[in-house]
Amino acid sequence: MSLLEVDRINTLYGDSHVLFDLSIRVEQGEVVALLGRNGAGKTTTLRSIMGVLSPRDGAIRLDGKPIGGLPPSAIAAKGVQLVPEERAIFGGLTVEENLRIAALTAPKAWTFDRIYEVFPRLKERRKSAGRSLSGGEQQMLAIARALIRDARIILLDEPFEGLAPLIVRDLVAVARDLAAEGRTMIVVEQNVAAALSFANRVYGLNNGHVVFEGTPADLTANPGMARDFLGVAS
Amino acid sequence: MPSWPVLISQAFNGLALGSLLALVSSGLTIILGTLGVLNFAHGALFAVGAYTAFVMLQYTSSFVLAIVVGCGFMLVLGFVLERVIIRYFYDRPHEDQILVTYGIGIVLVECIRAGFGGNAQRVPVPSWGQGATQLGFLIYPTYRLQLIAIIAGLLLALYLVLYRTSMGLVVRAGIENPVMVGILGINVRRAFLLVFAIGIVAVGLAGMLYAPVVAVAPDMGANFMAQSFVVIVLGGLGSFPGAIVGGLIAGEIISLTSAFNSSYSEVMLYALMALLLVLRPQGLFGTEGRA
Repeated sequence: MSLLEVDRINTLYGDSHVLFDLSIRVEQGEVVALLGRNGAGKTTTLRSIMGVLSPRDGAIRLDGKPIGGLPPSAIAAKGVQLVPEERAIFGGLTVEENLRIAALTAPKAWTFDRIYEVFPRLKERRKSAGRSLSGGEQQMLAIARALIRDARIILLDEPFEGLAPLIVRDLVAVARDLAAEGRTMIVVEQNVAAALSFANRVYGLNNGHVVFEGTPADLTANPGMARDFLGVAS
Repeated sequence: MPSWPVLISQAFNGLALGSLLALVSSGLTIILGTLGVLNFAHGALFAVGAYTAFVMLQYTSSFVLAIVVGCGFMLVLGFVLERVIIRYFYDRPHEDQILVTYGIGIVLVECIRAGFGGNAQRVPVPSWGQGATQLGFLIYPTYRLQLIAIIAGLLLALYLVLYRTSMGLVVRAGIENPVMVGILGINVRRAFLLVFAIGIVAVGLAGMLYAPVVAVAPDMGANFMAQSFVVIVLGGLGSFPGAIVGGLIAGEIISLTSAFNSSYSEVMLYALMALLLVLRPQGLFGTEGRA
């Protein structure tokens, strides 16, 4: 049984149909990359899993049990954690308060010290307001909020977007460490090379359909697919 | 030019009015900030508070007991309003929210009128607040001085709840981004219920404390509500520090202008609001972001 199964979901934003019978599955300990052009439905897929959007039909199962239709707070309680594209740091709260609120309802929350081992920079900024952080620090904090909850599956939406190459390198290193420790993740990323450097499996999305499924090596072996559907030159 | 004693006395009146506006507005602003609902029933709930004090004091001579029981009543009223009506409007357009809270306000005011008539009632000043206090440079009614101190204490308590407790953490985060609070595993709707009830207790408490100072009448809250709307615009929508500073500024402007010409006091308040909206549209403590 897969840890997470998305089974033929259809998700709509108002009248516009974004996901069409979309199915993906994620095994325990696996890192899955969702690739595709802008508007392919990657973010919508993550938001549907988190319960921010409710699919019109189809099923989403965690450990074989349906979670579709539950509110985000209930889905988070089961160990699913979205790190949204816009990072959604609480600007008026300090770094430590952002971590505290994330840990509030987590049964096996990490200690601050364990978080600061992963992100030493956050320790230096722990008393700073969220809004005073740089983009890279905000992204670290966004990921840290998922880690402190000891999430079973982390949904990373464009974690490297808009960040300086050096910071991307550091964050990729953190993501690789997490992957090596066996933490299950789904990553949506335009920076394909960065995503493929720690993903075990890839889904290609185009116009709300899955058009490719395979390993990073399969994708590299299929440059036509990468170019035509995913807008990826690999 | 009014004399110095008049000005000083008006400055104290402004402090009393301002702290009261701060208490009323802090309830309004945290409800708006977290729930996204502009509560047009706020003025009516101020009157409900005042009448609660009036009714309770028929049964007990203890002002403190009357207020404690009154707060319990406001808390229950807040829970009931949220569960029965308000929660069905979180996802509805602002127009619907305004209409339903405005409607609640009308129903509450008319219930008061039906129960107690339209005439003003008098709530006695508590025994420990009788008379006037000699401040050296000024003789000032004792209860009004106590009122300032009591409200300052209440605002401090509210501050501690908001900035030193987990619940306050959820409320402050919820003001910024309620969806993200939910994504972090917190049942936002349950937090909303509590925020709404706390906001209602705050405005009810303001009504109870103010009752001995004014004529208690069914529509006594209308003016307060209009002024507290100005206060939260001055302070920044959803900002608790903004509600306090904005409340004090508004109170002083109204009172000090009255010392010169009382018919201009409200004009000055709205003029200041207009000026601020031009220079700093997000308000003194507001941040851009959630509309």
